[in-house]
Amino acid sequence: MNTKRAGSLTALLAAGAIVLSGCAANETATDSPEPGATSDAPSTLSGTLVGAGSSAVGAAQTAWIADFQMQNPDVTVTYDPTGSGAGRETFQGGGSDFAGTDRAFNDEEIAAGGFQACAPDSGIVQLPLYISPIAIIFNVEGVETLNMTPEVVAGIFAEEITNWSDPAIAELNEGVELPDAAITPVHRSDDSGTTENFTDYLFQAAPDVWTFEPDGVWPLESGEAAQGTSGVVDAVTNGTNTIGYADASRAGGLGTVAVEVAGEFVPFSPEAAAAIVDASEFVEGRPDFDLSIDLNRDPETAAYPVVLVAYLVGCETYADPAKAELVKAYFTYMASEEGQANAAENAGAAPISSTLFDRVTAAIDVIG
Amino acid sequence: MTATTPRPASAEALPAKPAIRLGDLLFSRAALWSGGLILVILAAVAIFLVAQSIPALTADPADFVGQPASFLDYVWPLVFGTLWSAALALVMALPLAIGIALFISHYAPRKLAQALGYLVDLLAAVPSVVYGLWGIGVLAPAIQPVYSWLVDNAGWFPLFAGPVSGTGRTILTAGIVLGVMILPVMTAICREVFLQTPVLHEEAALALGATRWEMIRMAVLPFGRPGIISGAMLGLGRALGETMAVAMVLSPQAIVSFALLQSANPSTIAANIALSFPEAYGVNVNLLIATGLVLFLITLAVNSIARYVVNRRKDFSGAN
Repeated sequence: MNTKRAGSLTALLAAGAIVLSGCAANETATDSPEPGATSDAPSTLSGTLVGAGSSAVGAAQTAWIADFQMQNPDVTVTYDPTGSGAGRETFQGGGSDFAGTDRAFNDEEIAAGGFQACAPDSGIVQLPLYISPIAIIFNVEGVETLNMTPEVVAGIFAEEITNWSDPAIAELNEGVELPDAAITPVHRSDDSGTTENFTDYLFQAAPDVWTFEPDGVWPLESGEAAQGTSGVVDAVTNGTNTIGYADASRAGGLGTVAVEVAGEFVPFSPEAAAAIVDASEFVEGRPDFDLSIDLNRDPETAAYPVVLVAYLVGCETYADPAKAELVKAYFTYMASEEGQANAAENAGAAPISSTLFDRVTAAIDVIG
Repeated sequence: MTATTPRPASAEALPAKPAIRLGDLLFSRAALWSGGLILVILAAVAIFLVAQSIPALTADPADFVGQPASFLDYVWPLVFGTLWSAALALVMALPLAIGIALFISHYAPRKLAQALGYLVDLLAAVPSVVYGLWGIGVLAPAIQPVYSWLVDNAGWFPLFAGPVSGTGRTILTAGIVLGVMILPVMTAICREVFLQTPVLHEEAALALGATRWEMIRMAVLPFGRPGIISGAMLGLGRALGETMAVAMVLSPQAIVSFALLQSANPSTIAANIALSFPEAYGVNVNLLIATGLVLFLITLAVNSIARYVVNRRKDFSGAN
């Protein structure tokens, strides 16, 4: 008993020592940075930047923050993935310096104004910096890819097409052997931007079949529901004859659907996903630095229309000029080729096109 | 009588009032504070829930996610799902728990009984997330063919009505996972109570010619009934409030349905809060907290009923 207690005490002391020495090591590193460590990226920026919002951007933010802080050792950026709605509210209330959101602030919200972090009469800068393709994934033995029209996708998820051997699917996929088995469509059980964008796609591209308004909560009382992206991927993988939708970076070895756009079947790819943003119009009546996009899910050109576009939102003019400098630097990094490549690698995002990059750069210049 | 015995002088000098030692004082105060603290914590939770629920109860239901007709409309399927899944878990786990407890206390050789007891207690130490992962990764895919067979062959029975879930993530699977989770606490309590059965009762029964099973039925089970009930209530409490495992395993919808094997299952209050809270904002946060208040009241009601049942039965249980 005694030896046991002594042992645990030693362990505790050892753990404490490790923790303390860890702190000390940290402090020396930040207090007196070695000249060699920062020579390749000399940065005069310092301060703290607080962001909050969409959980869809969470993985990309983690990667961006790590890289950005490496380049600017005296800057601390935090991002709290509380969800888009909460992120917009926090930003409006001045609780954060920038917001990440699955949808841009709309006209009423901008008209209502009252953005606490911004200078009075300042507008807000909204940049579509995170474009993520959503893959329609399925698990049917021996089938790796299927062609579908938006009407067929909508029919399956609305449970009007209930069997894989349905002629509506078969006639689009000649030569593919489909089982005579019931389709189990899987959707998200939690409130999510992925669901909102997927239902928006169905609503825009197949309005005759899908009559439900786009919503983050699945509008139907049918089909299988699973928690989060991993839940959906697990359910589709472990089930048989299942179909679902998930962030394309998580599609793994599952079969994916090529959706019909302007007469062609387009499989998801980063380039095709980025192209949909170029094929869409910016929302009318907004200043040049507000790049809100009216996503056109039924375009004339062959772009992949099932995408999630998340915005990073900041002020045109910050109440605190020091914040403006930080936000500007961080937004510039995120929009840069390096930043977009980082998000592509770590979060499966589609890098923005050069057309959009030019617009974004011009918008970031406004921040002051 | 003992006045004549010589006593040390110091003993005679003691005051008439019993001495209160510091240790006694500290201990009694600490116990009092601990007891009081429970009430304070409970009250604090209740006050928080009520205060945060009021905005949801007075808000326009049109502001809620999914636009339910009213708060009751929103919460009723969740209440149903909570009670239904917990009841399924209890129905499956209680007989098993009593069986295991009886085996450990009256049938198994002592060594085996001890080892088995440890194993059952170990089940209680597994975190619920792990049960959830096991549920979606192992149990659901493995049991899906059984569900298909049941729907094909016994689909006329309302509980097994089709169409069958393609992934096996139904309320029955959730009930099985919950049952496994509440098994250890119920087994432990039943085992302890069965071991307390007065040996005289048992020996009397055996002496009257009872077989071992008859002895258990006549002596052990009546004596253990309050223990079985309170064990079941503890298990039920855990099943009612279980969050992660249900959120992960179940394929939820906002419906009321007794069907066990379909894709559309009623969700539970706790799982719904876990699923909806991350993206909730504004009055929807209050809405979720209000459902939490409902869960709090349900648990309170279940426990009160259990207490009442235990007390009413006490006189006839042979426990006195």
